[in-house]
Amino acid sequence: MLVLLLVAQVVYTILVEAGLKWDVIGHYLFQRLVLGGIVVTLELTVLAMIIGVALGIILAVMRISPNPVVSWVSWFYIWFFRGTPVLVQIFFWFNLNLVLPHITLGIAGTPFFWRGPGTNSLITPFLAAVLGLGLNEAAYMAEIVRAGIISVEHGQTEAAQALGMTRLLVMRRIVLPQAMRVIIPPTGNETISMLKTSSLAFVAAVPELFTRGEQISSANFDVVELIFVVSIWYLFMTSILTVGQFYLERYFARGAQRELPQTPIQRLRRILFTFHAPPPAPAELPVSLPSEHR
Amino acid sequence: MSITPMVKAEAVHKSFGRLEVLRGIDLEVSPGEVMCMIGPSGSGKSTFLRCINHLEKIDCGRLSVDGELVGYRERGDKLYELPDPEVCKKRSEIGMVFQRFNLFPHMTALENVIEAPMRVKKESRAVAGQRARKLLQRVGLADKVNVYPNQLSGGQQQRVAIARALAMEPKLMLFDEPTSALDPELVGDVLDVMRGLAEDGMTMVVVTHEMGFAREAGDSLVFIDGGIIVESGTPRDVLANPQQERTRSFLSKVL
Repeated sequence: MLVLLLVAQVVYTILVEAGLKWDVIGHYLFQRLVLGGIVVTLELTVLAMIIGVALGIILAVMRISPNPVVSWVSWFYIWFFRGTPVLVQIFFWFNLNLVLPHITLGIAGTPFFWRGPGTNSLITPFLAAVLGLGLNEAAYMAEIVRAGIISVEHGQTEAAQALGMTRLLVMRRIVLPQAMRVIIPPTGNETISMLKTSSLAFVAAVPELFTRGEQISSANFDVVELIFVVSIWYLFMTSILTVGQFYLERYFARGAQRELPQTPIQRLRRILFTFHAPPPAPAELPVSLPSEHR
Repeated sequence: MSITPMVKAEAVHKSFGRLEVLRGIDLEVSPGEVMCMIGPSGSGKSTFLRCINHLEKIDCGRLSVDGELVGYRERGDKLYELPDPEVCKKRSEIGMVFQRFNLFPHMTALENVIEAPMRVKKESRAVAGQRARKLLQRVGLADKVNVYPNQLSGGQQQRVAIARALAMEPKLMLFDEPTSALDPELVGDVLDVMRGLAEDGMTMVVVTHEMGFAREAGDSLVFIDGGIIVESGTPRDVLANPQQERTRSFLSKVL
């Protein structure tokens, strides 16, 4: 009861007392700049997650390699990228041109030297954000994937090896698909987290959702209203992702569960279209009841 | 002229850390022979079986299948471990069936059987699929082609596992206690399939506790204890008339 009262108080404060300009929120919710920011946010999220997942899988497989050098490189990568703030990493890529004005390959002063284009023309603010977010994500994904790989029973690897499958083939065809069941849920969390973390691209002046909100509010001073607009969109997008995660988990559960969890639509259909027969009417009392009770 | 033995082991040793599991195993399995291995648990019989297809590395001695060393190359008088792809090529000629089946749970019965022929031997889906259906029919599971392993009983899973191993057309089949994890009434179906294989002339090494199977289907019987071969001979002789005291005491407990 007390909780309900408190909730009511908070809602009342927000809706009535705070003096929010609801028309401003409504106006900017579908404003062109805001919508453009959403597109950039989604692009950032998708690209950073693609880098994160792909590199994460590679790092995880490297980490459990019998070759100590390979395993150590992976360990070092994870140690470094997990140990420094992602904001700092984005900032680093954004300012790379200060110490490295040109992209170069090879050793200076030898014929094996190639001087590429200027760093700033290659690493745009957008790319700096993608690199910062993606390379950082890879370190976390590597640990998630490794946990998934370890969760697969060793007998699976042995059975596949006994059939003559090479180490990479065993990984790709047998171990990773089964590891997915363990990998998917935390990866969903990571994606949702990435959608929000992408707002850090603000420091590289990437025009994503939060940056756009900031820019607009610095012009019209409706700071809180724009924060509302941005939050509503983040909430909407994370909700969509949550639904997507449910279907992904369901797909990878095949073979592990006898019956897959029902989708909301299936559940609805079952509720709507299953007619329960009325309970059988109480049967007539058998005639052969002991007569003493009469 | 002598024929090349299918399996030839000479003084095979294997340790796990300080524990010496195999302490010098010598044996030969001729082509077409069905050899059964019995012994108490921890005697090293499963470990030896796993050495045959290099799932375990051996520490010293020589182990060859069909005249070729397994997992190693001889240069001078030293043995060098082969790189992964070459070990895999060798393994693909040796089928193995595990105590716990180890079917791939994310694949149907058919997909389990065609996986290795398609990925390792690069066979087309049509060719591999046709053979797989025949094999599943042979093990009595023609109606379970599109079923996932968790919808099969233990006995059915083990028969799919046998079909999966046979799909690679191996010249040698290794069975690691294939019926130990099964309910008693399901053992018969699996043993029937193995008996059929033996009659068709497949070379088999079977680690088992099924003395009945050893007596009927086995050509030879080896009793292993403490990492060495204590006694060997025809199943009839060893089972009915064991010469060694250890064999006698083991058989008195299991028969």
